[in-house]
Amino acid sequence: MSSSRVQDILADLVDVPGETVSLPDQLCVACADALPVNGVGLAFMSGADHGGAIAATDGPARTMEALQLDLGEGPCVDASRDARPVLQADLARTGPSRWPAFGPGAVGAGIAAIFAFPLQVGGIRLGVLDLYRDTVGDLDDDDLVVALAFADAATVLLLHLQGSTELGSGLHPQLSDPIEDRPEVHQATGMISVQAAVGLPEALLLLRANAYATGRPTLDAAQDVVLRRMRFAPEDDHHE
Amino acid sequence: MNREQRLARVFVELADTMVADFDAIDLLHTLTERTVSLLDVDAAGLVMADPRGRLQVLAATSHTARLLELFELQNEEGPCLDCYTSGEQVVNVDLNDAAARWPKFSTASVDAGYQSVHALPLRLRKRTLGAMNLFCSDRSTLTSDDLAVGQAMADVSTIGLLQERNVRRQEVLAEQLHTALNSRILIEQAKGVLAERAGIDVGDAFRRMRAYSRQASRPLNSIATAVIENAIAIEELQKVSEKSPG
Repeated sequence: MSSSRVQDILADLVDVPGETVSLPDQLCVACADALPVNGVGLAFMSGADHGGAIAATDGPARTMEALQLDLGEGPCVDASRDARPVLQADLARTGPSRWPAFGPGAVGAGIAAIFAFPLQVGGIRLGVLDLYRDTVGDLDDDDLVVALAFADAATVLLLHLQGSTELGSGLHPQLSDPIEDRPEVHQATGMISVQAAVGLPEALLLLRANAYATGRPTLDAAQDVVLRRMRFAPEDDHHE
Repeated sequence: MNREQRLARVFVELADTMVADFDAIDLLHTLTERTVSLLDVDAAGLVMADPRGRLQVLAATSHTARLLELFELQNEEGPCLDCYTSGEQVVNVDLNDAAARWPKFSTASVDAGYQSVHALPLRLRKRTLGAMNLFCSDRSTLTSDDLAVGQAMADVSTIGLLQERNVRRQEVLAEQLHTALNSRILIEQAKGVLAERAGIDVGDAFRRMRAYSRQASRPLNSIATAVIENAIAIEELQKVSEKSPG
């Protein structure tokens, strides 16, 4: 049910003929439209290091992403480092003490609440989805579910952006599938990373690509790996 | 040892575990193992609803595909789903009589060798976060004393899962649960890495990481990270597991 929501979000990103806006930008706009927020930003993160904004809606979100990048502090930095969402419903009250530089800057720019979601699959840390709002208050339960669905969709997008998958023209069909959250999928990812001598993100991409190429669910391919019915060889060509 | 003595020993063990910086996933595994032995059941697992409402396994006494499948099936039907939805215990269900109630789950459970099943809620005040699932290979009935012990173990699991004392706010709850769920994925990935490096199965890989985590007094998720980053030699993990009984 909820995975079909993620699929819908990703599928909607393709159906725009002649679209010139990047997929991450489209995702930010769709997320801002679907939720009671004023702006959405998407940032690459490597641990606690802000790797720069990939996309943001126009206005305050863009400014806030730049501010977090400049200062090296803020909710997205914490969300990525601690591997947990940072939900600040009343930034004026909690922000300045937690982020001495970013907090007052954000409040001064009219931001009243920030919700930052880490885009992670266990040890795979890709980035953060930041939601900004100019009014105080929690995201309610329904909004939280929608926000998490956008975070899942953004996770899939960033995973493929990190790999060499070409995102320029349209969405690869494989990309519209959410990452299956089953123990075997994660175990297989770990095994493939050793077999193919690649990092976990590349290992997960290899698993998904194999499943897609053989026309079966990722879980089936993962079970073959865990039961050692299938192995991945090192990709020497691609890694010099 | 009688059960009171064993129970006392378990609580001492828990008190020793739940100090600062303990690892929730490791604690939950300990709880499932102790519950199986205290109640004389054959398998146990803890499932928790993720923020999207899907039931995810956080800990189980066995990691066979068959048992994992039984937890997964309960996203459609089964005692954990009923327990999670109602917030009430679902206990002493004879799987041979449950074909109408849970057609797929009862068949798969009987095929896996189980005859009866139980689910106890993981409760946080008025909310239900998930369930502790117990399986019996014979048609044993849990007494009210058994259920009191089982529910106490389920309640300790909830406390272990929510490491911050004040979880009144929905936000803090969402943050906490996310951490537990991501930590679970990290451990699965590390199991795969170690299994492949050491040429062992994923169950053995998990036992080695746990044994090492205890011996080194470091949280399981930090050991998992070290395994993924290749910052611990396989031989180190091997040594510990040879010394440790299980």
